[in-house]
Amino acid sequence: MTARYGPVMAVRNVSLKVGVGEIVALLGANGAGKSTTLACVAGLHRSRHGQIRFDGEDVSRLSPERVLRRGISLTPEGRRLFSTLTVRENLLLGGAARGRRSRNDYGELLSLFPILRERLHQPAALLSGGEQQQLAIARSLMSRPRLLLLDEPTLGLAPMLVRQVLDLIRGLRDEQGLSVLMVDQNVHQALDLCDRGYILRTGEIAATGSPEELRRSREVQAAYLGVA
Amino acid sequence: MTQLIQELVNGVSLGSTYALLALGLAMVFSILGLINFAHGELVTIGGYTMWALFNHGFPWPAVLVLTLIATTLAAVAMERIAFRPLRGANISTLLITSFAVSFFIQVALQIFVSAQPQGIGVPNWTDTVWHVGDVSLPAVKVVTLAVTVTAVVLLTVFLRRTILGVAMRAAAEDFDTVRLLGVRANVVVVTAFAVSGLLAGVAALLFFASAPGVDSGVGTPLVINAFIGVILGGLGNLYGAVLGGFVLGLATSLLDANLHGTYTQFSQAFALAIVVGILLVRPQGLVGRAEALT
Repeated sequence: MTARYGPVMAVRNVSLKVGVGEIVALLGANGAGKSTTLACVAGLHRSRHGQIRFDGEDVSRLSPERVLRRGISLTPEGRRLFSTLTVRENLLLGGAARGRRSRNDYGELLSLFPILRERLHQPAALLSGGEQQQLAIARSLMSRPRLLLLDEPTLGLAPMLVRQVLDLIRGLRDEQGLSVLMVDQNVHQALDLCDRGYILRTGEIAATGSPEELRRSREVQAAYLGVA
Repeated sequence: MTQLIQELVNGVSLGSTYALLALGLAMVFSILGLINFAHGELVTIGGYTMWALFNHGFPWPAVLVLTLIATTLAAVAMERIAFRPLRGANISTLLITSFAVSFFIQVALQIFVSAQPQGIGVPNWTDTVWHVGDVSLPAVKVVTLAVTVTAVVLLTVFLRRTILGVAMRAAAEDFDTVRLLGVRANVVVVTAFAVSGLLAGVAALLFFASAPGVDSGVGTPLVINAFIGVILGGLGNLYGAVLGGFVLGLATSLLDANLHGTYTQFSQAFALAIVVGILLVRPQGLVGRAEALT
């Protein structure tokens, strides 16, 4: 897949794969093309060349609404919650594509996020950073996705909350068989969590492999682990 | 005192029309960033619909329903034909398009319907005046206020209790993210136009019930005042638009009644000077949120 922002080539010939029930990390420095890749998969940005196939179907030309209805949900960077809407309204909107069916199972979803149950009728703006991140993920799950795209899910969170969010992602994979493609600038924690990873550098894939292989790779050691 | 109450009743009635139109303008603006100056033509279309139906002997309830349907369909058609092809265009392009639509409808009405003002044969009850003490309450003005309050309450219920209404409030904050959640953009936008058309229909019914004459340009001053109401209330804030409409209606009405001689003709200008004064103190408007614009 190749994608541009005007004259700027943001992603070039990127080819990656996420298996069922797999957590795949997309790593790289700022401007490496990680978020653009997620935006293309979610239908927010059009790739110029190549295909994005989901369950055998080409979804690269679908609108964000249709991509979501196929089973791909993006939790965007910065959470992008509706700050004036209550927690409950944010959640219901997350399930809007599924119609009335989602109203019945949002109670079930809240068992994964007990803190949100206590805050149901508060505006999202009043939640703490960790609570907001949980709400953003819960909102994405309301559409019952099969592939969850997470853009910087732990950015700006306190270490204890980071652990909570990472445990939550692992739990979703283990208990629900959810596939996850996540972008994270924190290489150590992403490699602790993922099954496989890709390193992006200036829009191209520089390395790929299991967490152990990536930790040993010269690319990661030089750029992230401080090994010359 | 009696005179003041009388003037307040008139002001609230005038403000109701502005408030309903301002609410429609604000609803479309909050989602698309478009101030639709062709919104006034929806009132005009409502007026001509009333004129045609009353002339053909339709009963009042049928006129009410058909006028609302006509303005709602006109608003949806406006979106489908003029604005949807320009989705994503910059605000200036959309603004100029709205002027083009406005001029087009005005000229089309002059050519195909009538170039002359037409009287609307409204029912006799609109002339009824109730007396409470020394205060005279024209029935149509009381109905106008009651209907406006009811419309705002119903709209609030729609925006808070239905998933589509919640999606519209969310779209006013961040349209892209609403789409990301699987809500169809066209559904949200068409609903915004349909609601604005419905509100314009209600405004038309109330406005022409108290001023039963229609011409192709009747909507223009109304939409300008509604726009001022939107700005006064706080661009992007629906309830601010209602408040702004009422404040402008009251200011205009009170000035109309209390200025004498030649000065009466400047009442609108003085009302706008008051609006400017308020905006100098509160640039975000009476209820405005600065972040609503970003």
